[in-house]
Formats: sequence, C-alpha cells, structure tokens
Amino acid sequence: MHAEAELSLNFEIKGKNFSQAGTISTKIKEILQELGIPMSIIRRTAIAAYEAEMNVVMYADRANLTLCLTPAGITISINDKGPGIEDIKQAMEEGFSTATDEIREMGFGAGMGLPNIKKNSDKMKISSIPGKGTSLDIFFSLSKVSEQ
Amino acid sequence: MKLKNIINELNIKALSGQDQLDAEVKGAYTSDLLSDVIANSKADDLWITMQKHQNIIAVAKLKDLAGIILVNDREPDQETIKKAKDESFPLLATKLSAFEISGKLYTLLKGK
Repeated sequence: MHAEAELSLNFEIKGKNFSQAGTISTKIKEILQELGIPMSIIRRTAIAAYEAEMNVVMYADRANLTLCLTPAGITISINDKGPGIEDIKQAMEEGFSTATDEIREMGFGAGMGLPNIKKNSDKMKISSIPGKGTSLDIFFSLSKVSEQ
Repeated sequence: MKLKNIINELNIKALSGQDQLDAEVKGAYTSDLLSDVIANSKADDLWITMQKHQNIIAVAKLKDLAGIILVNDREPDQETIKKAKDESFPLLATKLSAFEISGKLYTLLKGK
C-alpha cells in the first residue's frame, strides 16, 4: 500500500507523556478535514487514532505513527517500543485491561481501547512481541461511506 | 439550544471559551470514562463529568463537543484550565451533581 501512497506522514508519539496525549490524533483529524474526507469517516478515524495514541501513552516507551492515504483508503500504522501484549485475544476482549489504578482514576484503562479501534475501523491487524513492542495497522475504506 | 442560554437557565459558570457560547447544543453525555465518551458522545454534545485533568480537553475537541460541565463544583487542574483557555474551549462548572445537572439538562433539551 505504501508504494502507491498519495500521502504519507510520520509522527512520533512519546510514551508516558499525558500532557501531549491526543495531539497526534487531533492533527490527523485536522489533516483529513483539510483533505475533504467525508466527516463520517473522519469521526471513526479520529476515535481509532485517539485510542491507539493513548495505548502508546499509557503503556509504551515511544512509537512511530504513519498516516497513509491512497484512493482506496486511510491506513494508520503504529509501531511501538514497549512491553508488548502477552495475549492479544485477551487484550481484544471488552473490559480487559492491565492499566494501573492511577490510569484508571483518570478515566482511562476501561478495556475499551482495542475494541473501540476494531469497531470503528474496516480492517485491523495487531501483532506483538512481549518485551519488545506492538505493531498495529488500522484501515478505513474510502469506498464505503458509513452511517455516522 | 444555544450554550449561553443553557448557562443562564441552569446557573452554570463558564471558566473559559466565553467567545464560543453561541454554539448550538444538540444533546449531552454523562460519563467519567474517556473511552466511553470517545466511543459514544456525539458532536455538539455537552459532556458532564467529574474528570478534571487536562486530557478531557483533547477528547472534547476531538469529538467536536460543545463544552464540558464539571460537576460538584470541582475545580479543574491548572493545566486543564490553561489548555481550555488556549484553545478557547468552553469549560463549565456547576455546583450540582452529575445526576442533577443531567436531569435538568435533559428536561431543557428534550423534555417538557
């Protein structure tokens, strides 16, 4: 997909940095708005991008995010350096979370992040090496304009 | 209903975003879980919450919410109010509990 990319942008996400959390997904939303992507798709992309960004902020040390736009759709790829995920199937379950009490008190870590990403995207691929990091690819089709 | 009319009717205090009070409010969402708000709130909603840390502003902006109402007279963190002012986003405060302000707002927006 990268080969035929019309637009490809790279962002750096810092882990454990709650003061900057959400800035990358806000930037992605602004870029998609400027490009005139349908609002229904931007809404879903923004939700998934925010959840993915927060996962890096909460759990990883740092990550590289690539936003890639082709006529077919939008792909967001995130590769982080961090603890990784031991059991991806379990992490995908709604309500499962390994968040600390401190993170939960802030209203994060409800175990909704990955399920929210799956729900709002058209394709999602996740792989992880425990102790090394996690890779996440999320795709949003531009041929299908969904309701809301 | 315009945000400024809601503020007047329900005796809510605007801590920031005073130039955004002409916004049209379509509904509201009450929750303290950020993922829940991200998933389920709608554009032009008011968000009723007790969360007062700075990340609520990013969530609200991302979802195009009309404003955030902090309940139980909770004072926002300094970074939160700074961010809200910098972005000219309506951060609001009420003495009422989440239950009470949700009920009043529901009546105002939907009920008779």
